Amino acid sequence: MIDIAWSHFTPWSALAGGILIGLAAASFLLLNGRIAGISGILGGLLSPSRGDIAWRIAFLVGLIGAPAVWWLGGEWPAIRIEAGYPALIIAGLLVGLGTRYASGCTSGHGVCGLSRLSPRSLVATLSFMAAGFITVYILRHALGV
Amino acid sequence: MKYSIASLFAGLLFGLGLIVSGMANPEKVLGFLDIAGLWDPSLAFVMGGAIIVGIVAFTVARRRTLSFLGFNMKVPSHNHIDKRLVLGSLVFGVGWGIAGFCPGPGLVALGAGEAKAAVFVASMVAGMAIFEIIERNRAKS
Repeated sequence: MIDIAWSHFTPWSALAGGILIGLAAASFLLLNGRIAGISGILGGLLSPSRGDIAWRIAFLVGLIGAPAVWWLGGEWPAIRIEAGYPALIIAGLLVGLGTRYASGCTSGHGVCGLSRLSPRSLVATLSFMAAGFITVYILRHALGV
Repeated sequence: MKYSIASLFAGLLFGLGLIVSGMANPEKVLGFLDIAGLWDPSLAFVMGGAIIVGIVAFTVARRRTLSFLGFNMKVPSHNHIDKRLVLGSLVFGVGWGIAGFCPGPGLVALGAGEAKAAVFVASMVAGMAIFEIIERNRAKS
């Protein structure tokens, strides 16, 4: 049986934020003709070619600058990172390697890929979701970390 | 220039969406991935909201060869499902489950000045660099 954490569940802000993410992906697609895949945008900077750098940096500046713009409205976003430094290093390495081999992450495969009904992205999304569920199960319930 | 300004706008909007939805907070993402604990379904609503808008956008995009700013549409067309895709996604999912960060939220949390997010992002870039090195050596041999 699944117990829902009603006190943490925020359906309306989740839906509103999701729509904003959708609008971001939509504007990137309809204005620039590209998929808003964050791992690809960042990873592409590691094998740079002429004329292919500025727009990537611009996208990342927007993303990284979002908390500062949000702050203009009055507060910093609530962020709680429970993982310790060794765990963050391992997690970062796995996320970096995995997303590049899979040619996409939650944004490119999860949001954009599912939006264009790509079977490839569906397989990717189901794979990383399954791995995420199993990892959290093992860490929190089997090992009790 | 137009291209970069549109990119900046899309990146900012994406980041604000992650903040509004709560997904820039790894605690909330882990609440979704923890099905056996007290489950927070919010992430599914974020994906749902984004995909509803996305489906409309891709329906419009499919009928066009140029974007509204006049650039070529670069939507991926390959559709093979291979070991790289599945294994890569599984590896990514394990990392996602360990810290609750995927690339977008990691970068947003970095922008919020979180030292731990900086360590995650630096390690993620290192992971991407390892991929580049492996792929370049493979291409040479």
